[in-house]
Amino acid sequence: MTTTAPGAGGQTPPAPVPGGAPAPEAAGAAPAAAATGAGPWQLARRELRRRPAVRVSACVVLLFVLMAVTAPWLGALGGWTPGEFDKTAIDPYLGGQPLGSLGGISPAHWLGVEPVTGRDLFSRVVNGAQVSLLIAFAATAIVVITGTAAGTAAGYFGGRTDAVLSRLMDLTMSFPSLIFMIAMLSVAKDVNRIVLMTAVIGLFGWPGVARVVRGQTLSLKHREYVDAARVGGSGAWRILTRDILPGVSGPVIAYTTLLIPGMISTEAALSYLGVGVRPPTPSWGQMIAESVAYYETDPMYFVIPSVFLFLAVLAFTLLGDALRDILDPRGGRT
Amino acid sequence: MILYLIRRLLALAGVLIAIAAVTFLIFYVLPSDPAAAACGKTCSPERLAGVREYLGLDLPLWRQFLDFLSGIFTGRTLGSGQYAVQCDFPCLGYSYENSLPVWDLLMDRLPVSASLAFGAAVLWLLLGLGAGVTAALRKDTATDKALMVGAVAAASLPVYFTSVMLIYGVIRVAGLLPYPSYHSFGEDPLGWASNLLLPWTALALLYAAMYARQSRGSMIEAMAEPYIRTARAKGMPERTVVVKHGLRSGMTPILTIFGMDLGGLLAGAVITESIFGLPGIGRLFYGALVSSDQPVVLGVTLLAAFFIVVANLVVDLLYAVIDPRVRY
Repeated sequence: MTTTAPGAGGQTPPAPVPGGAPAPEAAGAAPAAAATGAGPWQLARRELRRRPAVRVSACVVLLFVLMAVTAPWLGALGGWTPGEFDKTAIDPYLGGQPLGSLGGISPAHWLGVEPVTGRDLFSRVVNGAQVSLLIAFAATAIVVITGTAAGTAAGYFGGRTDAVLSRLMDLTMSFPSLIFMIAMLSVAKDVNRIVLMTAVIGLFGWPGVARVVRGQTLSLKHREYVDAARVGGSGAWRILTRDILPGVSGPVIAYTTLLIPGMISTEAALSYLGVGVRPPTPSWGQMIAESVAYYETDPMYFVIPSVFLFLAVLAFTLLGDALRDILDPRGGRT
Repeated sequence: MILYLIRRLLALAGVLIAIAAVTFLIFYVLPSDPAAAACGKTCSPERLAGVREYLGLDLPLWRQFLDFLSGIFTGRTLGSGQYAVQCDFPCLGYSYENSLPVWDLLMDRLPVSASLAFGAAVLWLLLGLGAGVTAALRKDTATDKALMVGAVAAASLPVYFTSVMLIYGVIRVAGLLPYPSYHSFGEDPLGWASNLLLPWTALALLYAAMYARQSRGSMIEAMAEPYIRTARAKGMPERTVVVKHGLRSGMTPILTIFGMDLGGLLAGAVITESIFGLPGIGRLFYGALVSSDQPVVLGVTLLAAFFIVVANLVVDLLYAVIDPRVRY
């Protein structure tokens, strides 16, 4: 597998700016001047800006992240905390149906209320975003860090290290992961559910990243610039972090963005099944699970968290797809 | 080829034993007492000790695990004296809940889950490959973009949302289909299909996107190959060119995903089965979790792992059939 993706470090040292660190000359400089000598990241960014789908999904992703980060304050804007009951918003004679049309959407409750309890849906959805995205991002971080470490080690050192790590990848991939996650989560009793979920979800994802990184490392480790570094006396650690890592970062970033929607869905599915986040804490999956029973009598209650979940997953997928097309046009597919 | 197969089968057994060990550890070491679960709520300390001995829980852990493993291959006797029970060949123990052999419970439910998985697989292959090939042949047109975005959007919908909407739209409002209940294929093929149609659709919508994207990518690549031009130059009908020469060469990566997806689904789709009320392995598993029925949970996990590993092996063997360059 010899990929020379724009982000795969085709040229040597002038190394790509890692992550999204703002390169001032790229952001502001005259495009005409940059066109001839643009680095891989600049090319990628320019390509991304050209696509309208990317712009829209990037904005949606940004909105969701902002919403998650500012959840306590944003939720408070509506005037309700996620656990607060509002008996005045529901009709006790109609089995606790929300008063008013569309599930009780009103100036007091922007997205309506939960039946029976009258808890504010806006506040719950916003705080649910925090829980869902926190778990998804943290699990993705575990997966990417473990996967990259294992992948570079397996690819660079080869031999027995590679054999052991590759067997471990095969083994992990043979686990029926969803069934296993459900089982582990249901057995564990008194632990922080968010930490536990992050760990359990993160546990099964790393072989995917590791495989991509391993392949990429294999193709990079005999490039001239790596040989030069080795001859120049660089140790393994220095070569791995300075020469290999920037080279694999393109595919890894693309893969990471595509991992996030999967993580969001998994978190939602586990919470939906009742083994995830426990009730007083809101999460999208769990809100949907509670609302399924009301889908005919109070459709908005069911639709609102579903739409949020759908939009988040869709936006991350579209963004990840575009990033992969640009940063890793050929590799990265299992 | 034979040597390769033997090596792979040995590796397969190793993987399964490792998975069994990990599962065993999780359920027997983590703080939950299987004996208490088996004994029930009104349980005296003496009785609990008796149950513990009966289940072999007083033995060291490695002994328990070895007993469990050998039970799978040779069957074993549970308990002793007048309470001894012979658990036959694929012995996975007995359910704490209803004292039935776990193996029988699994085999009882397997037809439902297998019907669900295979039907959904056929549907998502048709949808996914159809959309992917169409999009590839009309690359960069509006059709292409609409198909690809549509596929991603369908896959982004959580399966419980799609399922509920399908039930609402097709069953409640339109009244086109009955509420799903499982009919055996042998007795009532039509009832079997019409009852499973909605669950199939819900699952297929979830899975099809991956196949659409993958097949689009491979098709675009394949159709640019010189042998496609050769085939066309020979005067081969376009349809044959696309299917026999284009699609076939792009099948390898699709087959890999397919093996994993199908293997994973065979041992039950927990959410889909629960929503549609299908008595498959997924629901058995979920019920067993709720009642801490550990032998059943362990059995389902092992069966699921078995399907995944076997599916991967079959896929690897099929590579050689699809791609003549692959030899073992």
